[in-house]
Amino acid sequence: MTGVVVGAPTDQELAGFVMHEARLIDQHRFEEWLDLFADDGYYWMPLEWGQTDPRLTTSLMYEDKLLLRIRIERLKGNRTFSQKPKSRCHHVLQTPQVDRRDEAANEYVTWTPMHYVETRLDEQDLYAAWATHTLAMVGGKLKIKLKRVDLVNCDAALHSIQLFM
Amino acid sequence: MSKYNGTAAAVHDLVRETEVHRDVYVDQEIFDLEMEHLFANTWVYVGHDSQVPNAGDYYGTTIGKQPILMVRHTDGAVHVLYNRCPHKGTRITIDTCGNAGKFFRCPYHAWSFKTDGSLLAIPLRKGYEHTGLEDSEAVKGIPKVRHVKNYRGFIFAKLNDVGPGFEDYFGESLSTIDNMVDRSPVGRLEVAGGVLRYMHNCNWKMLVENLTDTCHPMVAHECSAGTAIDVWKKTSPGSNEKRPAAVEIYAPFMSSYEFFEKMGIRVWRNGHGHTGVHHSIHSDYSAIPGYFDQMTAAYGEQRAKAILDENRHNTSYFPNFTVKGPIQAIRLFKPMAPDRTLAESWTFRLVGAPDTLLERTLTYSRLINAPTSIVGHDDLEMYERAQEGLHVDANPWVNIQRLYDPAEAEQDTAVINGTSEWQMRNQFRAWSKFMTLSM
Repeated sequence: MTGVVVGAPTDQELAGFVMHEARLIDQHRFEEWLDLFADDGYYWMPLEWGQTDPRLTTSLMYEDKLLLRIRIERLKGNRTFSQKPKSRCHHVLQTPQVDRRDEAANEYVTWTPMHYVETRLDEQDLYAAWATHTLAMVGGKLKIKLKRVDLVNCDAALHSIQLFM
Repeated sequence: MSKYNGTAAAVHDLVRETEVHRDVYVDQEIFDLEMEHLFANTWVYVGHDSQVPNAGDYYGTTIGKQPILMVRHTDGAVHVLYNRCPHKGTRITIDTCGNAGKFFRCPYHAWSFKTDGSLLAIPLRKGYEHTGLEDSEAVKGIPKVRHVKNYRGFIFAKLNDVGPGFEDYFGESLSTIDNMVDRSPVGRLEVAGGVLRYMHNCNWKMLVENLTDTCHPMVAHECSAGTAIDVWKKTSPGSNEKRPAAVEIYAPFMSSYEFFEKMGIRVWRNGHGHTGVHHSIHSDYSAIPGYFDQMTAAYGEQRAKAILDENRHNTSYFPNFTVKGPIQAIRLFKPMAPDRTLAESWTFRLVGAPDTLLERTLTYSRLINAPTSIVGHDDLEMYERAQEGLHVDANPWVNIQRLYDPAEAEQDTAVINGTSEWQMRNQFRAWSKFMTLSM
């Protein structure tokens, strides 16, 4: 066993980070949300149950910061007609569980079951999912290396999902 | 009250030379007639034979609203069967796809059937002695679709006996499938990468028309493709830096009217046609290392170049199937209700070619056709607004007049300006014909 690494996050801080991340999405604070990602971070929403490969199996989303930035800019756009009116969303998280903490490798993995509601006009869709966050300390702050969102019904015929889970 | 049932003249009246009546999109009776007539009189795409490589492999899907299945029989042929037990109607297949072994066994009462549909055995059969079972519908086994064609791996079926044969129905339009298959150095495709399933609250024909609607990308997708270009400009360190695959895919949606005018549309009879005769939004993708060498080795340089120089954008196979040859992707628009359509996006591996091609295809599908795709959101918003707007009684007509030529209906095939709506008119002429063929 190695000793405690100075500046390593506590389990409570990891859980707090995940809760805060969901809050930023619900409050449409997308710029702050994007800042939570490491420069090489990815947001991944697999298409297949238990999917292991994001490259040769397609996904609902597999996006680096550039693609996430495009989405966020698009949400603000004057001619973004699918966001007139804007979608709203709402997360209910279980307490994030710390599945792995590897201080030497600077890698922390949390697992968070959640319900996510996205609504626009008179439609409201409810999704159940598990979020797996792979986090690292970068410049003294926790950052997302990978946020993986596994929908319970990942392979169902889905309606539009316009925001972030 | 029935406005249309059995009345070919009333159905014909919905399609004028340059406009179509909104009932083709919103009316329940017309939708039911489409299911009964249009989807039975036309050759509808079922699936790809790589989904059922081994004897006993099956895949369940629908034609119109009817559940069907395709299955590889012991002799290697692919059969298409109506997916119901002849006994009580129970759907025969349990999973979407799987292997039945040597025979199908109904999960309800264990009646069993060979993989060509014929009845194999009934438990406790003596209970049917002297009942005249030999004269029943049930004894015939699982009903079989009689008109099935495996064209270079693509399985099509026509439910009714009326209507043209396969070659007559598709004619020269099969050149798009040929080109996609030829892009494999060994001439073979395999379904790969999973299927994206996106539910649309709109009529299925809106998705079909949008395939050759080249006046919408720079308008409806400005917020997606235009934003992608802007963000890349701001974030890329130098103007010479190679664009990421995603930007290569998004950017051409912002091409000018002139680009789309010059890219051309080709129409064929029976409602088929394609955009991208001379170039297309797929023309300027980066070369995949090693691929051209493989193609040259397989076909010789001249033929390899000819295959890869085809950049057809969307080929629309009437009624509800579309092929993107240059990126090995297909979509199927499955009608569920007048205002409900399931869009399925399938992708292929080019056997013998680098997997980088499959990766690009999957990236395209994910960015453009997924329920989570911003370009998909742009399009669906327009379809749903149309589905709503069409309930206005003051004007029940949809205009499809752009670059109309009064002589065009006489022409079997033509290459025309890429912003023409001729292909939409072509589709509705075919719609009118195949809707009423069996009335």
